[in-house]
Amino acid sequence: MEPTISFFSGLQISDIWYLIEAAWRTVMISALAISIGTVLGVIFGWILYEGRWAAALTLGPFLDVFRSVPLIIQLVLFYNFAPIIGLNLDPFFSGVVILAIYCASLVANVARGGMEAVSKSMRRAARSLGMSYWQDLRYVVLPIGGRAVFPSWVGVALGVMKDSALVSVLGYIELLKASQILITRTQEPLLILTIAGAFYFALSYPISRYAASIEKRWAS
Amino acid sequence: MIEIRGLEKYFGTLQVLKGIDLTVPKGEVLSIVGASGSGKSTLLYCINALEEIQAGSVSVDGTDVHAKSTDINALRQKLGMVFQQWNSFPHLTALENVALSPRIVKGKTKAEARDIAATRLEHVGLGDKLNVYPNALSGGQQQRLAIARALAMEPEYMLFDEATSALDPELVGEVLDTMRLLAEEGMTMICVTHEMSFARDVSDRVAFFHQGVIEEINTPDKIFGAPKSEHLQKFLANVR
Repeated sequence: MEPTISFFSGLQISDIWYLIEAAWRTVMISALAISIGTVLGVIFGWILYEGRWAAALTLGPFLDVFRSVPLIIQLVLFYNFAPIIGLNLDPFFSGVVILAIYCASLVANVARGGMEAVSKSMRRAARSLGMSYWQDLRYVVLPIGGRAVFPSWVGVALGVMKDSALVSVLGYIELLKASQILITRTQEPLLILTIAGAFYFALSYPISRYAASIEKRWAS
Repeated sequence: MIEIRGLEKYFGTLQVLKGIDLTVPKGEVLSIVGASGSGKSTLLYCINALEEIQAGSVSVDGTDVHAKSTDINALRQKLGMVFQQWNSFPHLTALENVALSPRIVKGKTKAEARDIAATRLEHVGLGDKLNVYPNALSGGQQQRLAIARALAMEPEYMLFDEATSALDPELVGEVLDTMRLLAEEGMTMICVTHEMSFARDVSDRVAFFHQGVIEEINTPDKIFGAPKSEHLQKFLANVR
């Protein structure tokens, strides 16, 4: 009797572990990209805020490009053209670079908005107490402006986390890519995409709840 | 002593101060009155270099405020300032609001800064509000907090920029009382104000500003009792 060859096999417990590992990779690439992107974004935002027209003519259009071109195009272009200028980055680091710049371009405008939210009068009060420009920025502008735009920043961060799914096109095995691999094997797209969606939700929801509780604490 | 000589200030092409000469000796309480837009507040901003000047000079205890070589952050510690908007730092408690600059500017330890802050808040009658955030304070309390915050730097001069103008009428009194207290303690004060009773009762001298010049400066008795300039007479008739 001929042995039957099975191309497809059902979902197993080990597959869940596979998805958890992939979710962890989503967390890693997102956390790294958001951290770097936020630091860069605040610096860019400060340049936009302080530099006025000189910055608006140089940094502004640069950030506009990253904000306007679809992320998937940026990723593919960067991953394929970086080696031409001698940058041989693996999919993970290519993803981090592009996601971080993309995140920075979004955070820059959020950060600028935050700095603009601190009144001139407030800053004069700080300076009148003898604070230097940098002390004013560190102890007055960043905490007050930061609180004002914190909800927008959380929105950007959650957006970047979800957009990290696009790094799968470079072959980095994060949540979405892992799901695709399992779908190919099990032929159960509905179930697996539902599970993957639940993972994304499980990652986002605690963050937005935590952010909401911080906002509530600040408001009191 | 604060000495102002030939001070001119422009915003673009608009000249708001047209040659101010003014000397304020230690211990004096000077009130500045005049219509809105006459340059009163701008003068205060020029004294602690929150605004640049285009001509003339301002010196505080012999130091040229607007000289490039002046350490303005050190000089500003001598010049406490209270604004029309209270500008309390909303993310800090009353105690932290006051303790912040002694700690980061003067390099006091946290404990020292807290002691200073507690003493100053007590001084302005907010001893029971140390751990309250500004949004739980009334406007009058926030303005007293601002006074305590300025005093915590142990200034030798206090500049008040319409400190009561943004307050509800029933809250004006407590802030004026605090200012009176400071005056009685011998603080040198320059107060831009619309409170004529304060100017009359507390000041040693009153300066009347009109369109960027000091049109008349004298003791309160003379200013309110026997105003010479026509503009001042009109102004007083309007505010009474």
